[in-house]
Amino acid sequence: MLLLKKSSIWIAFLIALVTLPQLFDSILAVSILNQMTIAIVFALSYNMLLGQGGMLSFGHAVYFGLGGFLSVHALLLIEYETMVFSILWIPLIGGLFGLLAGLFIGSFSTHKAGTVFAMISLGIGELIAASSLIFSSFFGGEAGISGDRTFGPLFFGIDFAQNLEIYYLAAFWVFLATLFMYLFTQTPAGRMANAVRDNPERAEFIGYSARRVRFISFCAAGMFAGIAGGLFALNYEFITEENLNAATSGRVLLMAYIGGLGYFIGPIIGAVVLTLMNSLLSNYSELWMLYLGIMFLLTVMFLPRGFAGFIMMHQVAWVRGNMKMLIKPYTLTGVPAALFALCTIALIEMSHTEEEVFHFLGLELNTASSATWIITTVIAAAAFYAVRKSLHQLSEAWDTANAIPKEERA
Amino acid sequence: MLEVLIFATLNGLVTGFLLFMLASGLTLIFSMMGVLNFAHASFYMLGAYAAYSLSLYFGFWTGLIFAPLIVGALGAVVERYGLRRVHQSGHVAELVFTFGLAFLIEEAVQFFWGRDTKNYQTPELLDFALFTLLGQEFSAYRGFMIAISIGIFIALYYVLTKSRVGIIIQAAITHPQTVANLGHNVPLIFMGVFGVGTALAGLAGVIAGPVLTTFPGMATVLGSIVFVIVVIGGLGSLAGAFIASLLIGLLQSYAIASDVGMPDLLNLLGVSFDRSHPLNDLWTISLPQIAPLLPFLLLVLVLIFRPTGLMGKREE
Amino acid sequence: MKNYRFIWANKGLIHKTLMAASLGSLLALGSVSSAQEPVRIAFMDPLSGTFASIGNSGLKQLQFAADYYYNTKGGILGGRMIEILPLDNKQSPNETQLQFRRAVSEEIRIIFQGNSSAVANTLNQTIARHNRRNPGQEVLQINYSAVDPILTEDNCSFWHFRFDAHAVMKLNILTDYIADNPDIKSMYIIGQDYSFGQVVSDTTIRLLKEKRPDIEIVGNEFHPIGQVKDFTPYVTKIVSSGADAVITGNFGADMVSLARSIIDSGLDIPIYTFYAAYDGITATLGEDGKNRIRLIHNGFANPLPTEARKQFNRDFKLKNPNNDVTQPRILNALQMVVRAMEETQSTDPYDIALALEDMRFTTISDEEIWMRADDHQIFQSLNISVHTDEGIEFDADNSGFGLFSEYHVPLEETVVETSCQMTRPRR
Repeated sequence: MLLLKKSSIWIAFLIALVTLPQLFDSILAVSILNQMTIAIVFALSYNMLLGQGGMLSFGHAVYFGLGGFLSVHALLLIEYETMVFSILWIPLIGGLFGLLAGLFIGSFSTHKAGTVFAMISLGIGELIAASSLIFSSFFGGEAGISGDRTFGPLFFGIDFAQNLEIYYLAAFWVFLATLFMYLFTQTPAGRMANAVRDNPERAEFIGYSARRVRFISFCAAGMFAGIAGGLFALNYEFITEENLNAATSGRVLLMAYIGGLGYFIGPIIGAVVLTLMNSLLSNYSELWMLYLGIMFLLTVMFLPRGFAGFIMMHQVAWVRGNMKMLIKPYTLTGVPAALFALCTIALIEMSHTEEEVFHFLGLELNTASSATWIITTVIAAAAFYAVRKSLHQLSEAWDTANAIPKEERA
Repeated sequence: MLEVLIFATLNGLVTGFLLFMLASGLTLIFSMMGVLNFAHASFYMLGAYAAYSLSLYFGFWTGLIFAPLIVGALGAVVERYGLRRVHQSGHVAELVFTFGLAFLIEEAVQFFWGRDTKNYQTPELLDFALFTLLGQEFSAYRGFMIAISIGIFIALYYVLTKSRVGIIIQAAITHPQTVANLGHNVPLIFMGVFGVGTALAGLAGVIAGPVLTTFPGMATVLGSIVFVIVVIGGLGSLAGAFIASLLIGLLQSYAIASDVGMPDLLNLLGVSFDRSHPLNDLWTISLPQIAPLLPFLLLVLVLIFRPTGLMGKREE
Repeated sequence: MKNYRFIWANKGLIHKTLMAASLGSLLALGSVSSAQEPVRIAFMDPLSGTFASIGNSGLKQLQFAADYYYNTKGGILGGRMIEILPLDNKQSPNETQLQFRRAVSEEIRIIFQGNSSAVANTLNQTIARHNRRNPGQEVLQINYSAVDPILTEDNCSFWHFRFDAHAVMKLNILTDYIADNPDIKSMYIIGQDYSFGQVVSDTTIRLLKEKRPDIEIVGNEFHPIGQVKDFTPYVTKIVSSGADAVITGNFGADMVSLARSIIDSGLDIPIYTFYAAYDGITATLGEDGKNRIRLIHNGFANPLPTEARKQFNRDFKLKNPNNDVTQPRILNALQMVVRAMEETQSTDPYDIALALEDMRFTTISDEEIWMRADDHQIFQSLNISVHTDEGIEFDADNSGFGLFSEYHVPLEETVVETSCQMTRPRR
């Protein structure tokens, strides 16, 4: 029964992967889906380090980037006919080199977890990112290197020129990688990674070398990051220094963190949400990064276990069939909260724009008139007050929904 | 050649002392709260921008005094309403919080001050050459920067080791419970230390802004270097931070001033490579070119061979 | 340049709204163009992040030019308006690819792009690949500012047109100017460690050797982009080298910091640059940089040659008080593209490209400029201008300081050979 339930999730995942590009079939949508697949593998590999192994890394992009660079070089080898194989196997090359880099760097960086590990990863990340600009014959300087994915032998008549074809290739690898990463968590090595994360001393006492366990997780994470890098290389057909620098490392940390570190599905949620934001939000406002910064801090402060954690919080209420009790209080708090957020955004945008008339959600706001400002501020303040007022009953409803019924308590 | 050496040393000291002002606050905060504050350099940037705005209306000296106070107050608010809340979710959450804060501050600075470089100038009072050596001037302002930094170092050292407040702080680092039981308000001490640490960063920004250019990327340029210093010096060690700051400052300055590189080394060894050699990039590399990399190289080496850092007592 | 462009997530309904909107655009397939359908042009440059001020300034100039010359005068092609779609590529090759796909998704066929040669190269290759794989959906790249010579030499493409003089053309003139100055006996080259910095260094050394073999290159320094905290150590080396002049391709904060450090050290030598003006730089250099900093550029600085050009500047300033007309070539590019459309009565990139080839066009500065068919490189007069506050009718950054032209080189003398072997697709 459990097996059936578990495999049904995987089948649903597979169906989603296959049908999504049929539902959203514009060029932009396929491009975003492609990005998502890459981000999912990358974020999951990061979670192997931080979520499962307790190793906070500020340089995970190194493995992603190195895998990607080697993959583009492999594409070039295919193009110049030095080697002949289908580009279907390119992600494996990325994975192989991610693994090799993990073996090498992990051999000295996994002695310790915690701050020491974090700082070594930061140092190595900066070192490799900076040297990639110096060694331009391999890394191609700031313009990066580029290949062409259409040269290899055809795969059942497909030359992978179209992004949709690459999407299905990527989806195949994403499914495999995700499955293997999940299976890894079920192996003794995966279980021990959790144990070492929680208490390295105890793990040592029962006969496991904490360092060795960390090393295994580290190498596996490097390999999957490399696979993600290979997928990136196939999708974009080029790669630059940007893909192994601190910004990319920071992004994957945030994806995993926002999605929820403690849950296998967390990084997937994080990858999907952040990809959507990155590709779409910037088209609506020049200040989108400011909003994301604010919202990110709020998430860290109020949803410490990420989106997945937030969803999982409702498990008790769900099991007890008490979700209905939460709908009303959620609406009562959520609607004014949304109103407050919208008014704040309007105020920020109005103070930033140089236009007289500011278009916002179909409204035309006149930035020159003080009435606009006053009204928006008043609405924002009122909404904020309403949120403060309603929080109380939300928390009461929450307690009731999660309360243990009397009969069980007895 | 001699004047290059002298100026390289002076430049190294200016950078080193400036880095120390940032690192001292960061290491204080770390030793108290166990948090590596990613946003530390962002407070440095805020200091520069605040002082720039103040200097427009009240002149440089007002900015010098009030900008660090403003930044310190802001830091205290961040600790009280942000960090303290996140503290319950563990160290990773705290790190990620400061990480996000760094980003938010950079965006906020661009929102309030715009993305252009700001015309923040040195005060006229210090607009003269302190001395001229073989055709190169050493400006009085740089001398002033060194003086301020040394003053801060002495003051910090004195406060932490000799004053009553310093003793309470030191005690709160190692035995927060006992200090609380003795009737001291430990959260208040934490908030105070965070405020002072960020104020120091702000002060560094105020005095660095006019010479190192006030622009939205100024925090990013310094951010990870300050981290490196604190780790190399040994987490939580003020003396270590001091030594590491000067070390990094001088190291980078000498590396840039030097004119040696791989070609010289190869000549010395009597080896030569063709320009078409696949590793040509490696054989033509020069020391000035990789100067900015050296701190990170040092960091990795120190962590591998001496994970506690130069002066650190504990590992975590 | 280090861009700590992390991506953040949020909670709350704002992003749900945005996601709903985005889902809408995911579904959108674009619509079929009709007679009065606007002609849509994408402007792809950094509109957020560290370089946003330059990108936004360019966007304002393009938008203003489109409104000023066409949209307020009945449009083009018998009444169609020009609609500019801003696409934020965050000055990143990755984002460029992403935004390109968005442009294709919205059926946009002309993309204006200028900042960063790395981005221009990426876009060039992406477009070449896309056009080869998707005949009938071609896209045209209008490069108004990326100056890496390779774009019109080894990597030249039928689908790419450059409306700025490339680095070697500019250096050719700049070294002529330097060679004419007998006071300069030694030269220090310093630049950012990337392709453009290297082109500047290599070309300067090569050209000075030809023109003035007696000028000694006393320094050839590269520093990492955007990572240098303090340029004083570099300036120490410049001082001790005894250089009579400095040449640099630095831009942004690296340019300002370098110039400031040189000035602070009391070193009084000329600094030859490409990008030491506008977007806050002129204001920051202010009095200290007066008569020391020189720029090579196309288009005109003070005094502006025609009343039409002056009026354009004034009207632009009226609409955008905090911006300047920093890149008149954006207007030239737009005008030439529109003329190509009018001539062929078509908005198809293939027709436009053919019409642009070998086009001679008279700008509002009353200057004839020429788009060479061999490599799709524009040729027009080049100017060397000095940073000063004397004789400045149109200042930069509202600072009273601006650029004053000292040296003018007509079109004919700017022409250089090209290694481009253009392959023209057949229809």
